[in-house]
Amino acid sequence: MDISRRGRRAAAGALTVVLTITLSACSSDSPGSGGSGDGAGGTYQIWDPYPQFDDSSAWVKLLTSCGAGAGVTVRRTGYDTSDLTNKALLAAQQDNSPDVLIVDNPVISTLAEAGALAAAGDTGLDTSAMLPNLLSAGQVGGRAYGVPIGANTLALYYNKKVLAAAEVDPATITDWAGLTAALGKVKAAGKKGITFSAIGTEEGSFQFLPWFWGSGAQLTQLDSPQAVSALTLWTDWLEQGYAPNSVINNTQTTSWQEFATGDYAFAENGTWQLANAAKAGFEYGIIPVPARAGGTAPAPTGGEFVSIPVQSETGRYATAAKIVACLTGSENLLATDTTLSYVAPTAAVQQQQVAQNPALQVWVDAVKAAKGRTGDNLGTRYPKISEPLWTAVQAALSGSKSPGDALTAAQATAASATK
Amino acid sequence: MTSVRRARQLAAWGFLAPVVVYLLAFYAYPLYRNLDLSLRHYTVRSFVRGDAPFSGLDNYRTIFADPSFGPALLHTVVFTGVSLVFQFAIGMALAVFFAQNFRLSATLRALFLVPWLLPLIVSASTWSWMLNSDSGIVNWTLGLAGVDPVNWLTSPRWSLVSVIIANIWIGVPFNLVVLYSGLRTIPGEIYEAAALDGASGWSAFRRITFPLLRPVSAITLLLGLVYTLKVFDIIWIMTRGGPVDSSTTLATWSYRLSFGNLLPQFGPGAAVGNLLIVMALICGLIYLRIQRRQA
Repeated sequence: MDISRRGRRAAAGALTVVLTITLSACSSDSPGSGGSGDGAGGTYQIWDPYPQFDDSSAWVKLLTSCGAGAGVTVRRTGYDTSDLTNKALLAAQQDNSPDVLIVDNPVISTLAEAGALAAAGDTGLDTSAMLPNLLSAGQVGGRAYGVPIGANTLALYYNKKVLAAAEVDPATITDWAGLTAALGKVKAAGKKGITFSAIGTEEGSFQFLPWFWGSGAQLTQLDSPQAVSALTLWTDWLEQGYAPNSVINNTQTTSWQEFATGDYAFAENGTWQLANAAKAGFEYGIIPVPARAGGTAPAPTGGEFVSIPVQSETGRYATAAKIVACLTGSENLLATDTTLSYVAPTAAVQQQQVAQNPALQVWVDAVKAAKGRTGDNLGTRYPKISEPLWTAVQAALSGSKSPGDALTAAQATAASATK
Repeated sequence: MTSVRRARQLAAWGFLAPVVVYLLAFYAYPLYRNLDLSLRHYTVRSFVRGDAPFSGLDNYRTIFADPSFGPALLHTVVFTGVSLVFQFAIGMALAVFFAQNFRLSATLRALFLVPWLLPLIVSASTWSWMLNSDSGIVNWTLGLAGVDPVNWLTSPRWSLVSVIIANIWIGVPFNLVVLYSGLRTIPGEIYEAAALDGASGWSAFRRITFPLLRPVSAITLLLGLVYTLKVFDIIWIMTRGGPVDSSTTLATWSYRLSFGNLLPQFGPGAAVGNLLIVMALICGLIYLRIQRRQA
């Protein structure tokens, strides 16, 4: 009796001790925090959205050597891109941000609005070499919050064999009417027309924007006649069977898989599919997305920005800026953008890229014509406009509303959200 | 005397402490945080600074006034109700079938567990391939029978039906397993006695199996309900809640508000999540009440 009680008491005591230890272990600083007074030298944190690269990759080696050049050790973590925004916000909340953050361009304005990023002017980042249309996505209130590391955008891939069988010359497709006529010929020849992604997420807006902007519409007026004409173009393609109904649910990856079957004449997709295109097993070509009345439509820019998050220890900015300058300097951009399959953000490096691979010329042109989604000083108003926009696209394509009605509703939603 | 009692109390608390700490850290605190999120006006800026102003029930007013609220609530009720009815009915039928212990019944029963064992991302992706408008096997089969293709995932009329079908398929094994083990606890003599009195087949099921399975059925339905209310992955992978709002439930809407946009709306997202918790809680209370009345 007595012994068992003592045993019990001892057990309880042991448990309490274990718990105390575990709890205090939890509350101590997480090992990833950068602000632990490293002083000169020390460890600098870099977060990027490229989990596909491991420590043996050229990308991580570049990070390490840039750190060594600045006299510090670099600790790099790769996150899934959809995870990174929330991770960055949480880290900012806990004053635990990395020293360098590489993040998708439309997220920059969100993080800047959150006060999580230091402005380029405050950290000494040089943005002068960057193309202004790319830089604009990272500008909020006239201040830049990061440097583009590379850009990608959308264009139309075409299947040479399918077009030849339908007797369509891709060089003659310069406006919407020409494209629709070509789709008609392809369908008459028994093949499928075009595939794209109109899914109900940011991806859907991203794919619709070249047509939206190519009609002359502005994001501040979603229900303009030009905007309606762009959505009508897509809706008509679906009604006439030029585009499959599955586009409503397609991500850009599933849309690419449809094109890779070899049955489709065209696919709207990005620079990042170039490697897959080479593996597709048929000859392909690329034309820019045509604007309504001819010429190249402005497509939205994709690609990441290198930014410096706010630190309580501002002494770290100088070294972080050195690392960023190294990553985005001309000598490293070429290698980096080749690795990432991106178009460089500076004119000089773009020329080198085209000299190396002339097939990139069409992408360089497309990037020059491209626009940042959060540009035009939209900033964090863009997400509130984008969601009604993709909803309108879904409503029109699924037939639940006419393009006009869908966009009128979208404009009402966007106007009240951005008030 | 008193010191012994105190020591005993201390020991009791020592043993209780792990559970209490666990409950506080992993249940009470997240719930409190979610409630707190839903009562404040969060922007990305105030989220980072932690100085979001208290806004009372504003987030709840926002979501009640949102045009997505009505459809989302309706879809949640329909999704949960229809899923439960079919999962339970099919699960019960299969359980009775397998209870007869024929050859291969164990193997077949194991095969029926497959949907439950597959990761949801696999089963949901497989369903969305099968239901694809243009290249899916379902439309291909319909075509053989001379039926026009159906836009399962991309038409507002069918998207909810499609995700319900997939969810029923996933939920049947759970019902089968629990009801089957419930059936095994009914003594065979009762059936023998009933057979002597002339009750067999349907009437034996109605008058013996069903009443004796009632406690097991109730807990199966309650667990299924709580589980189905918060189903998110299947719907998100198959349709993203679309087109437009046609397959949006409260769970997918909450996710869309909090994470589906470049600019997160944590407050309204948390408010929708809390509504789901309240719904599950009400159903749990109803269950307890029924159980007490039975006892």
